[in-house]
Amino acid sequence: MNLLEMNHIRKHFDGLEVIQDISLSVGEGEILSIIGPSGSGKSTMLRCATMLEKIDAGEVLYMGERAACVTEDGRQIYPKGEEAKQIRSYFGLVFQNFNLFPHYSVMKNITDAPITIQKRKRDEVYEEARSLLKKMGLEDKENAYPCQLSGGQCQRVAIARALALNPRILFFDEPTSALDPELTGEVLKVIRSLADLQIAMVIVTHEMAFARSISDRVIFMDKGVVALEGKPDAVFDSDNGRIREFLGKIAER
Amino acid sequence: MSFSVMLEQLSSGMVKSLGIFVLTLVFSLPLGLLVAFGRMSKNRLLQNIIKVYISVLRGTPLMLQLLVVYFGPYYLFGMRIGGTYRFLAIIIGFSLNYAAYFAEIYRSGIESMPVGQYEAATVLGYNKIQCFFRIIFPQVVKRILPAVTNEVITLVKDTSLSFSLAYAEMFTIAKQIAAAQTTFMPFVVAAIFYYVFNLVVAVTMEKIEKKLSYYQ
Ligand SMILES: Nc1ncnc2c1ncn2[C@@H]1O[C@H](COP(=O)(O)OP(=O)(O)OP(=O)(O)O)[C@@H](O)[C@H]1O
Ligand SMILES: [Mg+2]
Repeated sequence: MNLLEMNHIRKHFDGLEVIQDISLSVGEGEILSIIGPSGSGKSTMLRCATMLEKIDAGEVLYMGERAACVTEDGRQIYPKGEEAKQIRSYFGLVFQNFNLFPHYSVMKNITDAPITIQKRKRDEVYEEARSLLKKMGLEDKENAYPCQLSGGQCQRVAIARALALNPRILFFDEPTSALDPELTGEVLKVIRSLADLQIAMVIVTHEMAFARSISDRVIFMDKGVVALEGKPDAVFDSDNGRIREFLGKIAER
Repeated sequence: MSFSVMLEQLSSGMVKSLGIFVLTLVFSLPLGLLVAFGRMSKNRLLQNIIKVYISVLRGTPLMLQLLVVYFGPYYLFGMRIGGTYRFLAIIIGFSLNYAAYFAEIYRSGIESMPVGQYEAATVLGYNKIQCFFRIIFPQVVKRILPAVTNEVITLVKDTSLSFSLAYAEMFTIAKQIAAAQTTFMPFVVAAIFYYVFNLVVAVTMEKIEKKLSYYQ
């Protein structure tokens, strides 16, 4: 069974078809990159997968459990209460602009959800958080506040915060786009180091070399459809006109 | 009347002013939050009712509102007024009025919060209530503190409007002494009282602001 299944998803914003019948699946531990031009619907796809956006058609399943579904007659079905909580616990999301909680210290940012939502023991959560911070190279920052950190450090805290809930799959929406070029590397390195944690990852990114080297599979989205999908080499070396044009434009920058 | 007797009488009035001040804050701050929720509600009817409420309470004099709360029950239901109801009417009037102002302050603060904070909390599994009280509200408090300070300082001075219901707070007493003794002195003392009161308020609020300045 696939970890994530998105079947025939459609999404429109006031008449504009942003996602046009996309199906996508992610297996246990798989790393999938989504690339494509601006406005092609990559973020919207992640937002549909993480229940931040309601879908107009199709269904989203985590481990076979329904996270979102639209019936034939257009009724939207979403799980509620404990069921929703259970499904949310399967995934985490790392935002482009981090969205750390500014009033919480680094430690509290990471530990608040495991303690208040998952009701886990404080000592155990703190210990785990410390080892996550160490992994992120931030062991000396646990008492700092987000406003005292660089963008790259903030993003690493955000990654630690998502990991602290032990998700099965982690979504990244352009995790390095808000960063100065010299800070991009440290974040990519951290994401790379997660590859052996056996957490599945779906990464929307404009870092082509990174996507090519880390991914098990790459999806190229264009104008709300999956234009190309396959092994990294197959996608990046494809002679499909749309991807050649896209990669050409990226290389010019 | 000796100066010390006057001071004593004014001080007892001051305690009553302080009582109005504290009780008004205790009731209007939470009530204001509820009103703000109503104002932002998806329920159109509730939203409009609250809009009218805020508009009327901010658009008419507080003194008039106090008179309505005090005398209204008598004219409408023939209820016996006076006694403890005088004080009750003052607290009700002030609380309803200040709740309207605080509601709009809360609303501006809540609406200024970036949507990313809600989204991050939702994805992390916070439910609506946890998200509001753990993530959103503490940040809103910091944002609205200067506006709240303004209202609180105004409230100190507004307590003097209770003279319209002849409640023996400081200003009412000052007026009585001044009239009886034909002296200006009680007003001078009252002014100093109000000023010092507000100085304490300002310093306290500044302290709270400083305490919350550990993040941006
Ligand atoms: N909340 C919204 N309301 C209206 N239109 C929206 C909304 N969110 C996205 N869109 C539109 O949907 C389209 C796809 O947006 P999306 O953010 O998914 O693109 P993207 O592939 O992530 O682009 P980028 O690389 O610039 O982040 C765009 O045309 C955008 O303007
Ligand atoms: Mg995007």
